[in-house]
Amino acid sequence: MEQAYTLSIFSENSVGLLNRITSILTRRHLNIDSINSSESESSGIYRFTIVVKTTEAQVKKLVLQLEKQVEVMKAVYHTDSDTVFQEIALYKISTRSISEGNLVEKLIRDNNARILSVESDFMIIEKTGHKEETQELLDFLSPYGVLEFVRSGRVSVTKPMGELEGI
Amino acid sequence: MYLEATLTPPVKETMRTSGADAVLRSFIAEDVDLIFGYPGGAIMPVYDALYHYQEQVRHVLTRHEQGAIHAAQGYARVTGKVGVVLATSGPGATNLITGIADAMIDSTPLVCITGQVGSHLLGTDAFQEIDIISISMPATKWNYQVTKAEQLPEALSRAFYIARSGRPGPVLIDITKDAQFEMFDFAYRKCKQIRSYTPVPTLNLNRVGEAADLINSAKKPLVVFGQGVILGNAEKEFRQLIEKANLPAATTLLGLSALPSDHPLHVGMLGMHGNYAPNVLTNECDVLIAIGMRFDDRVTGDLSRFAKQAKVIHFDIDPSEINKNVQADVAVLGDCKESLRALIPLVYERSHQNWLQEFEVLKGVEQCKVIEQDLKPTSGSISMGEVIHQVNLQTDGNAVLVTDVGQHQMVASRYTQFKQSKSNITSGGLGTMGFCLPAALGAKLGAPEREVIAVIGDGGFQMTIQELGAIFQTKAAVKIIILNNSFLGMVRQWQQLFFDKRYSSTEMENPDFVAIAKGYGIEGESISEREDLPAAVSEMLQHKGSFLLEVHVGKGDNVFPMVPTGASVSEIRLE
Ligand SMILES: Cc1ncc(C[n+]2csc(CCOP(=O)(O)OP(=O)(O)O)c2C)c(N)n1
Ligand SMILES: [Mg+2]
Repeated sequence: MEQAYTLSIFSENSVGLLNRITSILTRRHLNIDSINSSESESSGIYRFTIVVKTTEAQVKKLVLQLEKQVEVMKAVYHTDSDTVFQEIALYKISTRSISEGNLVEKLIRDNNARILSVESDFMIIEKTGHKEETQELLDFLSPYGVLEFVRSGRVSVTKPMGELEGI
Repeated sequence: MYLEATLTPPVKETMRTSGADAVLRSFIAEDVDLIFGYPGGAIMPVYDALYHYQEQVRHVLTRHEQGAIHAAQGYARVTGKVGVVLATSGPGATNLITGIADAMIDSTPLVCITGQVGSHLLGTDAFQEIDIISISMPATKWNYQVTKAEQLPEALSRAFYIARSGRPGPVLIDITKDAQFEMFDFAYRKCKQIRSYTPVPTLNLNRVGEAADLINSAKKPLVVFGQGVILGNAEKEFRQLIEKANLPAATTLLGLSALPSDHPLHVGMLGMHGNYAPNVLTNECDVLIAIGMRFDDRVTGDLSRFAKQAKVIHFDIDPSEINKNVQADVAVLGDCKESLRALIPLVYERSHQNWLQEFEVLKGVEQCKVIEQDLKPTSGSISMGEVIHQVNLQTDGNAVLVTDVGQHQMVASRYTQFKQSKSNITSGGLGTMGFCLPAALGAKLGAPEREVIAVIGDGGFQMTIQELGAIFQTKAAVKIIILNNSFLGMVRQWQQLFFDKRYSSTEMENPDFVAIAKGYGIEGESISEREDLPAAVSEMLQHKGSFLLEVHVGKGDNVFPMVPTGASVSEIRLE
């Protein structure tokens, strides 16, 4: 059965590694749902967080092939329930269209969102959460006219203790 | 450099050199004395440095970069050492790609050095600029672009270490022209370990114990072995294991020669054109013991009907091979020499008499239905099999066999008698036509004391025929047998069997191969009569230098047995 898996890949900081990683995925016709990379808790070691939809049999092979790359120290996969994860979304909307009544206040409160910037003609709202949550807010705002929308890749930390030791 | 590694102390004191000079010094520090390549603008500084080191590093100029890399592969396969290739940027580099892919899938250790445009020109579509790092990425074990001379010793020491350690493979180092000219303080330190890279997984003795239990309980065990046994230098241990427990052992195409062909426990070759007994009995064994092989689809046929009744033990050095195609009940990760050493004391002596007898019976069937006619036909045109048979008789199984891809490859692999390891060089995983001639050159230069016999089809020969020039110039005494059926025979066979005899673009009008060889200063002879075969093979073998023997074989001959695509291995057809 296909489901979302979060791959966490720990590696050296190499110029071409992203290419190597994505080619392992694309070779198997896997679409990358989201991708993020940053330095990890150990200095000099980078962490890629990649979300793919696939089967467990496939993802097991994937992590072994990823780990096989010379620059990769460790690759692990998790289901959503085994990780704590977040995505961040930014919404740019016209100030005029949304400034009636207490709409803004309600929307900020209900959604646990915040306003990053208010200009005379537009405002920027930020919301952090799971995709469905940021999507919900997008759907809510759409009738008012969303000028720009962007959602980040997933960042996630794993729940099981000890499995990333030795990196 | 971003790859954290443990290095040995410098081989020599630091000294001021150019990047190009450092490349040669690094080769020498890695005991490289023979390299293959082709010059051009972006690699000229390295060629210039080479000029000063001719005494220590011999360079073989092939006639095409593909020839250079296949030659390096042949050299690496016969010696077990790293093959080294030089090429220029752009087209020089792209011409290497087929060989890189071939070396990757067949686990051959190579270090390829390509020149690159000056670093200030990178990304500008400069003359002969191509992003060879991106192009070669999926086909290399590791690659790296050097833009500063000071990065060179580190990049090269890692390159050699990565290419040869663990499961070997090709590495590419791309060096910008300015880095080749740049002067710096050179000191070479060999690489011993890389932080992010585990070439050999630690052996888990519990797994070895579980494997031994399964083997000891087996009534019908079958060993299937691959090139891992050769790459792991584990031929001796492998033999001890099978002899102790009397385990029948079947080889993959690349495992050939790891065990002498006439060993009583050698039950033949697996796969699409392998032997009848091991293919059929794969689906009857109760424990399948895979050693250093990767269950390629040409070996397994339809996976859903492959050895389903058996418990599977898989010995491999590469964790990503475990459960990739065939689910293992016990996986023993590690270097197979070490794993087998641990396993041998735990397995019981057994005779498996009845089970071994089953192989004999099926072997008899194949012998009578296929092999007899293949090796000793009495009428019609010469068969490929009888040529190989004649070579066996006259070389006593001591030659190195190098083959190309097609029917002749399958026939030669089926019938060549091997006595010693590292004697079979062929393009297995990629099936690269054009591989043979240059690979045979590299093999001969790597093992000058051995007879090297190249068996090539008339099609594949014309893919790298220009390397006759390199054979001529190096005076390498490669013996070349062209099995000429005037067809792309293997494709023709499929057209006959699966495409209703529509022979679309597979017939060839061929040139006079002997005249071409003579043009290159290589002696040759062409035969088409059965009675001329023994004398012609003898003349070829007696001849001091390289020799080309063209044998006209049956145009419509097919290779059997055959596991048709999509069929199960036990559905192997004898005709
Ligand atoms: C580079 C390359 N192109 C195409 C093929 C597909 N192919 C496999 S076998 C074969 C025919 C080979 O003909 P020949 O060299 O005459 O050998 P034969 O089968 O006749 O012995 C072809 C075209 C290949 N393996 N490699
Ligand atoms: Mg042919």
